[in-house]
Amino acid sequence: MSSLSNRKRRAFLLGLAKTACGVSLTALGISLYTRQAKSMPALAIRPPGALPEDEFLSRCVRCGLCVQDCPYDILSLAELGTDVPVGTPYYTARTGPCEMCDDIPCVPACPTGALDHSLTKINQARMGLAVLVDQEECIAFQGLRCEVCFNVCPVQEKAITLEYRHNERSGKHALLIPIVHSEHCTGCGLCEEACVMEEATIKVLPMHLAKGELGKHYRLGWDQKEKAGKSLVKPDGKRAFNLPEGVSYDYENSELTTPASSAPPVNKALETLKRGIKEAK
Amino acid sequence: MSNSISPLMLKRNIITILRTNKWLLLRRFSQFSILGLYLLGSSLGGFWIIKGNLSSSLLLETIPLTEPLLLLQMFAAGITSPLSTTLIGAAIVGGFYLLVGGRVFCSWVCPVNVVTDVANWLRNRLRIKPNSQINRNTRYWLLAMTLVISFSTGLLAYEFINPVSIIHRSLIFGVGFASLMILSIFLFDLLIATRGWCSHLCPMGAFYGLLGKFSPLRVRAEQREQCQKGCNDCFQVCPEPQVITPALRGADKGNNPTILSGNCTNCGRCIDVCPENVFQFGLRSSTKTPIIPIEIRRKNS
Ligand code: SF4
Ligand code: SF4
Ligand code: SF4
Ligand code: SF4
Ligand code: SF4
Repeated sequence: MSSLSNRKRRAFLLGLAKTACGVSLTALGISLYTRQAKSMPALAIRPPGALPEDEFLSRCVRCGLCVQDCPYDILSLAELGTDVPVGTPYYTARTGPCEMCDDIPCVPACPTGALDHSLTKINQARMGLAVLVDQEECIAFQGLRCEVCFNVCPVQEKAITLEYRHNERSGKHALLIPIVHSEHCTGCGLCEEACVMEEATIKVLPMHLAKGELGKHYRLGWDQKEKAGKSLVKPDGKRAFNLPEGVSYDYENSELTTPASSAPPVNKALETLKRGIKEAK
Repeated sequence: MSNSISPLMLKRNIITILRTNKWLLLRRFSQFSILGLYLLGSSLGGFWIIKGNLSSSLLLETIPLTEPLLLLQMFAAGITSPLSTTLIGAAIVGGFYLLVGGRVFCSWVCPVNVVTDVANWLRNRLRIKPNSQINRNTRYWLLAMTLVISFSTGLLAYEFINPVSIIHRSLIFGVGFASLMILSIFLFDLLIATRGWCSHLCPMGAFYGLLGKFSPLRVRAEQREQCQKGCNDCFQVCPEPQVITPALRGADKGNNPTILSGNCTNCGRCIDVCPENVFQFGLRSSTKTPIIPIEIRRKNS
C-alpha cells in the first residue's frame, strides 16, 4: 500500500519536474527569440507617436486599430516570417510614406498608448530621420537640378534646405545640395518615396541609426565661450616659439612680424634670379 | 439504399442531425460570424461594426475591448499606468466572461477552436490512438510563464509566438506564414496529443478557465439519474471530460449537478450528444429550473 502511494508520489513528482523543465525551456526559448525578433529592420518605420521601441513593444497589443484608421492605408501589421516583430504596425517609406495627416487619426485610435496620445501636431512627430545616404549617386551632387525631395517635403524649406556649392567639375555652375535638418524632419518618408533614383539616395532611417552623438565629456569651445560671455582660456603668456631667423611673434597684435630690412623679397622671383646671377659673377 | 429513403425519412434525418448538433452548429455560427464581422471592415457604408482583432477591438466605433490577459502581461512588463481605454476594454471583456464562463471564449469565439475540433474529429475518425501524455496542468505553468517572460524581458513577449492572436490577426490582416501555424496546431492535435493544444497547453485557455471559475452560467447534469452509465458519449465528445465526472457521477457524494470546473467550455456538446438529455444549460445556484430549456422531446422515438 505504502509502496503504491510512494510510486504514485514519485510519478507525480517526476511529472512535475518534467513539466517544470519543459516550461522553463519554453520560457528561455521565447525570451531568446524575442531578443532577436524585437529588432526592427532599418527600413521599417513605426507610425507617428510610437514610443521608443522597447516601450512600444511593452504596450502595443498588435490590434491593428491604427492600421485600419490610416486613411492612406500605408500601415500594415507585420506578417509572420518577416523581420518586423510579428503583428506590429509599420510602414515602408519607399513604397508608402506617411502622408502626415493633420488630425493624425492613427494615434488616437491606439487603445494602449503605444502611439503616444500627447502627439497632436504632426510636425512634432519623429518617426525617423531622412538621411542623404549616397552622395556619390545623388544627382544633385553631380550638378544636375533635381530638388525633388526638397519640393515634396511637407515641412517645406525647413526639414530640407538647398545649399549652394561650387561645381568643381564645370568650374562655373552651382550644386544645389539637399540638406536635412533633424530639428524639423518628421521622418515621414515622402522624400524617399519621391527620390528619382532607381534606389533612393535619400532614405528615412530610425533615429538611432541616423544620428550620431558627441561624447558626453566633450565641450565645444565656442559654445562654452558664448555661455560664459567671455573666453574661458587665459590670455597667452610669453612663450618661446621656434621661429625662422628674424621672425618674431607680436603679442600685442597676435601676429608674426618680420623686420622690414631682413624680410626676404616676396613674389619678386625675377629680382631674386637677377641677384643670384649678379652674385655668381 | 437511396431509393428506400422517402422524403419523410429524409426530413426526419435532417431534424435529427440538427437536433443532435444544435449547440455545435450555433457555436460554429458564432465563431464564423464573429470572424465575419471583423472581416466586414467598413464595407457597410463606411461603418465599422467591429475593428481591430481579438487582442483589442473597437465595437460599434465606441466600445473598447481588450484582452484582459494582455493587460496582465502589460503590468508584468512594467507598465504601471495603462491608458484608461486599455483598462475599460479589459474590464468589459473580463466582466463578460466572468458572467458567461471564461472558456466561452474558447468554444464560441476563438478561431483556433475550429482547427482543434476538426483535428480531434479526424483523430477519432481515423482511430488514431491517444499517445503523448501531457499534463492538463501544463497550461497553468505556461500561463505563469507568459507573465514571467513579460517581466523578465519588459515586453509583451508571449505575443511574439501566441498562436491564438497570430492566427486571428492573420485571418483579418493577411494570412501568410500563419497558415503554417494553423497547420502545425492541427497536426499536433491530430497526431501527437489528443486535444493537445486547447486542453493542455494554451495559456489563454488556462487564463479564461480561471476567469470563468465562478461564472453563474453553467452546464448542469440536471437529469443525471437518467444516465445509463456506460454509453459515455458525453465523455467522448467533451474537450475537458474530467469536468463532467463530479457532476454526473457525484449524486451519491451529494455533489451539486452543476459542472463547476472553470475548464468546462460551455460548448454544449454534451447536451447535444446525450441520448437521455441529462445535460442542460442553467445557473450555478439553481437546482431546478434551467434558464435555457433545452430538452427537445423525441417525437419520433
Ligand atoms: S499620419 Fe496619416 S498617413 Fe501617417 S500613418 Fe497616421 S494616419 Fe497614416
Ligand atoms: S493601435 Fe496601438 S496597440 Fe494597436 S497595433 Fe497600433 S500601435 Fe499597436
Ligand atoms: S522625411 Fe523627408 S519629406 Fe519627410 S519631413 Fe523629413 S525631409 Fe521632409
Ligand atoms: S484553449 Fe486557447 S486556442 Fe483553444 S480555444 Fe481556448 S483560447 Fe483558443
Ligand atoms: S462538459 Fe459539456 S459543455 Fe462543458 S466542455 Fe464538456 S462537452 Fe462542453
